[in-house]
Amino acid sequence: MKAGVLALQGAFREHREVLDALGVDVIEVRVPDHLSGVDALFLPGGESTTMSNLLDSSGLFEPLQVLIHDGVPTFGTCAGMILLARDVVDGRADQRSFDVLDIRVRRNGYGRQIASFEADLDVDDLRGGRFRGVFIRAPLVERVGDGVDVLAEHDGVPVLVRQGSVWAASFHPELSGDLRLHERFVHEVGAT
Amino acid sequence: MSSETRATGTARVKRGLAEMLRGGVIMDVVTPEQAKIAEDAGAVAVMALERVPADIRRDGGVARMSDPVMIEGIQAAVTIPVMAKCRIGHFAEAQVLESLGVDYVDESEVLTPADEAHHVDKWAFTVPFVCGATNLGEALRRIGEGAAMIRSKGEAGTGNIIEAVRHLRSILGDIKKLTIAPPEELYGWAKDLRAPIDLVQEVAERGELPVPLFCAGGIATPADASLVMQLGAQAVFVGSGIFKSDDPAPRAKAIVEATTHYADPSIVAKVSRGLGAAMRGEEIDTLDVKLADRGW
Repeated sequence: MKAGVLALQGAFREHREVLDALGVDVIEVRVPDHLSGVDALFLPGGESTTMSNLLDSSGLFEPLQVLIHDGVPTFGTCAGMILLARDVVDGRADQRSFDVLDIRVRRNGYGRQIASFEADLDVDDLRGGRFRGVFIRAPLVERVGDGVDVLAEHDGVPVLVRQGSVWAASFHPELSGDLRLHERFVHEVGAT
Repeated sequence: MSSETRATGTARVKRGLAEMLRGGVIMDVVTPEQAKIAEDAGAVAVMALERVPADIRRDGGVARMSDPVMIEGIQAAVTIPVMAKCRIGHFAEAQVLESLGVDYVDESEVLTPADEAHHVDKWAFTVPFVCGATNLGEALRRIGEGAAMIRSKGEAGTGNIIEAVRHLRSILGDIKKLTIAPPEELYGWAKDLRAPIDLVQEVAERGELPVPLFCAGGIATPADASLVMQLGAQAVFVGSGIFKSDDPAPRAKAIVEATTHYADPSIVAKVSRGLGAAMRGEEIDTLDVKLADRGW
C-alpha cells in the first residue's frame, strides 16, 4: 500500500511516523502530481480553514475529491474529519468539504484550547485495551447518518466513525504513540 | 463513561496545538478587521496585540498586555486560534489572558519585561505558552519552565531576517552537536547551556526539541518564509511584515503559500510576483534597543 498524507499544513509528520512504523509507504501530498499511485489517503489535524484555502490554491481539491468519491480509502483526523463531513457548523462560509461522510460537525465544538483534553476511549473490537484520545480544539459530531458506523464515543458523543472506506476521528490517534487505529484502518481497507 | 480519565492542560494537549499549527503562518493583528484579513489569507492563528513590533519600536515607552476588549473583539471576529502576549515574568497578565480563553500565551520580549530574573512558571497554567529563544540553552530553560512551543526570536519589528537566521542556526546547530556527543559530555553541555540535564539528554536522543520550533522576528517576504522553513523552522510568525507592507492581503496569502510549498522554488517565485513594497525594514546596527536581548 502507498499512502498519501495531505501535507499542506498541520500534523502530517505524525501520521507519516505512525505509517512508517507500520511499514506503509508514504508520500507527502502538496500538489496534484503527488497523488499518482496513491491507494489510501490520510487527512491530518491542523486548521481546516487554512487547509481549505491551500486545497484551492494548490489545485488539490478536485483531484482529491475525485479519488475519495471513487472509493480510495481515507482517514481524516480532527480538521481532516471536518474536510470529509457533509455538514459543517461554525465554519467559514467559503470553507469547502469533500462531502463524503454523512455527519454534521461543529468546528471547535468542545471549546477553545483551555478546554482541550485527553481521555481513554473504548473502541469497538479494538484489542489491547482502551485508546488514549487526544482532543485539541476538536470538532463535535452532532449528527450521524444511517450509513455511518460509530466505533467510539466519549460522553455519549461519537468520536470515531466509519462510512464504507472513509474513517474519521475527532481526536488525534497520531499523537498518542499508539499505532492500533492506523493499523486497523490499513488492515481493513487493505483487505477490501 | 470515560469521564474519570479526562484531563485538560496536559503537556500532550498543550504541545498538540503547536503541532496542529505546523507548516502554517501566525500573523500579528491589531484590529478585528486585520484578523479577518489574516484568516481569509489562510493564517493558522493570529496574535492579538495593540501595536505591531515596528510601532512599539518607533513609539517607545512601556509595552504591556493588550486591553481585554481588543482581544475579545478579535476572538469574536475569527474561528482560528487567537494568541496574545504577556510581559516576561508577568504571571498576572498571563492569568488574565488565560481567563479570557486565549488559545496560546506568548511570554514575549516584544513587550517590556516585568521581571529581570524569573520567567512565568508555565506549568501552573492550563493555557499553553510559547516563548522566544536565541540559542539552545534559552530554549531548554523555557521548556523546563513549561513552554509548549519555542520560537526563535529574531529581531522583531525590523523586517530584517538576519537575526532569525542566526538564532535558528544556533539552536539547530547545537542540537546536531548534541546528537553526536558522547553521553559523559552531556553534563558539560548542560552546564555550558545552563539547561536542565534531563532535557539535554532528551534532545541528544531525539535530535530535536521536545516541543515544536517555530521562527519569528524579521520575516517580510515569501522567500524569507521559505528560507527559515528550509533551515528547519516548523512554522512562522509574521509580525510587522504583513500589515506594515503596501498591500497586506495578497502578501499574507503569498507568505502562507510559500510556507507550505517552501521547498518548491517555482511556487515561491509564483506567489512572490507583484506584491508591492515589503515593509521598509531596519539595519540591526542602527537599533537603539535589541528586543532579542530581553529574557534570561
